Amino acid sequence: MTKVLDPTNEATPADIPRVTRPESLDGLTVGLLDISKPRGDRFLDRIEERLVERGLRVERFRKPTFTKPAPVDLRHEIATKCDVVIEALAD
Amino acid sequence: MSPTELPILPEGLVVIVKEDCPTCELIVPVLEQLASGNQLTVFSQDDPNFPQEIEDRQFDSDLAISWHHNIETVPTLLAIENGKEVARTVGWSRSQWESITGAPQLGLELPDHRPGCGSLSVDPSVSADLELRFGGSTMKARRVEFASLEDSHEALFDRGWTDGLPVVPPTEARVIAMLEGTTRAPEEIVASIPPDLAPCTVEKVAINAVMAGCRPEYLPVVLAGVEAVCTDTFNMHGLLATTMPHAPVLIVNGPIAQQIGMNSGNNALGQGNRANSTIGRAVQLVVRNVGGGRPGEVDRAAFGSPAKVGFCFAEREEDSPWSPISTMYGFPAGTNTVLAFPGEAPRNLVDQLSRDPDSLARTYAANLISIQHPKLILGFDAILAVAPDHSRVFREAGWSREQLVDRINELTVRPGHELVRGAGDIPEGIPEAMGELDLPKFRPNGLHIVHCGGAAGLFSAIIGGWVNGEMGSDPVCVTITP
Repeated sequence: MTKVLDPTNEATPADIPRVTRPESLDGLTVGLLDISKPRGDRFLDRIEERLVERGLRVERFRKPTFTKPAPVDLRHEIATKCDVVIEALAD
Repeated sequence: MSPTELPILPEGLVVIVKEDCPTCELIVPVLEQLASGNQLTVFSQDDPNFPQEIEDRQFDSDLAISWHHNIETVPTLLAIENGKEVARTVGWSRSQWESITGAPQLGLELPDHRPGCGSLSVDPSVSADLELRFGGSTMKARRVEFASLEDSHEALFDRGWTDGLPVVPPTEARVIAMLEGTTRAPEEIVASIPPDLAPCTVEKVAINAVMAGCRPEYLPVVLAGVEAVCTDTFNMHGLLATTMPHAPVLIVNGPIAQQIGMNSGNNALGQGNRANSTIGRAVQLVVRNVGGGRPGEVDRAAFGSPAKVGFCFAEREEDSPWSPISTMYGFPAGTNTVLAFPGEAPRNLVDQLSRDPDSLARTYAANLISIQHPKLILGFDAILAVAPDHSRVFREAGWSREQLVDRINELTVRPGHELVRGAGDIPEGIPEAMGELDLPKFRPNGLHIVHCGGAAGLFSAIIGGWVNGEMGSDPVCVTITP
């Protein structure tokens, strides 16, 4: 029998429950997060047009760089201002 | 008695010996002298019948006495009063033995001094096992038991702990032996490892270093490598997550490179040297196992590269025409350092005809321009690895590294109108607004010239960099703590 030492961080993933997916977007605020990849903004501009046409409130956000995780303050701001969020990856 | 409990030594004089030690053989007459009229106990490490002449001898069969009482040399003479050691000497020295025992005229037929031999309890082949048995484990990591019918190599693959190549099973004894390679405490935090930003202890690095195949003396270099890549400046998170193929390239400078047997010569960027092959791999396994960075998950590389298994080599300092690359980061030559550079796999560059420095610089410039894309500039650094057959040209001409860098930078300047989007019928390129400028390929300090490679071959090699600066990564150089 071999006994080894665990090489991982042994962290049990924290169980963060997801927000229930809304039945409809009516009356909700939609966050649009641009991760700063070139031309991601063009995709989000078009999404914004379509959402605004449907009478939804839209908030725009932008990560400083796509190469690093979103700063914690930005994540908090999105969570407090928005009900749902759409993140755009583009190249 | 539990194996971790300190065994009390008998009162009076205690001598620890082994039969396989000429000095222990030599002092048998002294032991006989002492045995008459003193409380004397002799412990033998290897042969229960040695020394035959001494009646009150005991056998330290499991080396518990020797390990617990820190015996490093045999013979060791101890004086014990009320269960406590009050004096000790190692080897044979008449004056010291006489002073400790209070017995005059010991071993007059013997030489005055004779050094001892190594104690069996510090023999490298058993010391880690003894440490584990008698020291009690201080390791914090979770123990994972494999069933007796399980192949431990397969079990390690099954748990997702490998990079696809076999690993050395990180048993406690192996990890204890690995930790002997550093003076740092096992519980010390080395860094937070991306992408999970998990705090990583020296012990966790040691576990992964065992798996990678490192020897204990490599551990300080692995620890420095982990520290360097897990800085904000180096941005290991981005380097892992990018769709580009880059990985940490670790360059070791200073005397430690030779001391641990690293390769900076023939095939320095290739296989076959244990230190080169396993140090970079250990850092990658830390990112994978402690940080949780796995291909197809947070690691989104489109191609990846062989460098992602682990890429580490030493600079060829001994006959370099230039100061070590670490001096670019403010460290005096001779400092043990690791430079982490975000790089891709190397590619070779042939120029077998140039014999003057300017023509070689032109060859370098012509090749370096193509890194990532000939129309993309300033955003990517590079390592230019120069082999001795090429570096000789610069030594003979007296060209410093700075001179060579300056010349390459001059030679890579191109008019912006050739680089803008659409130029040459290629949409890729720099923004139109930069079209009026003359622009170099590299930012200041972007080009890293390193001396390495075998003595024959009129070649150099290029290792292209990832996105540099705030947007991506800057190289990081750190010192190696013993």
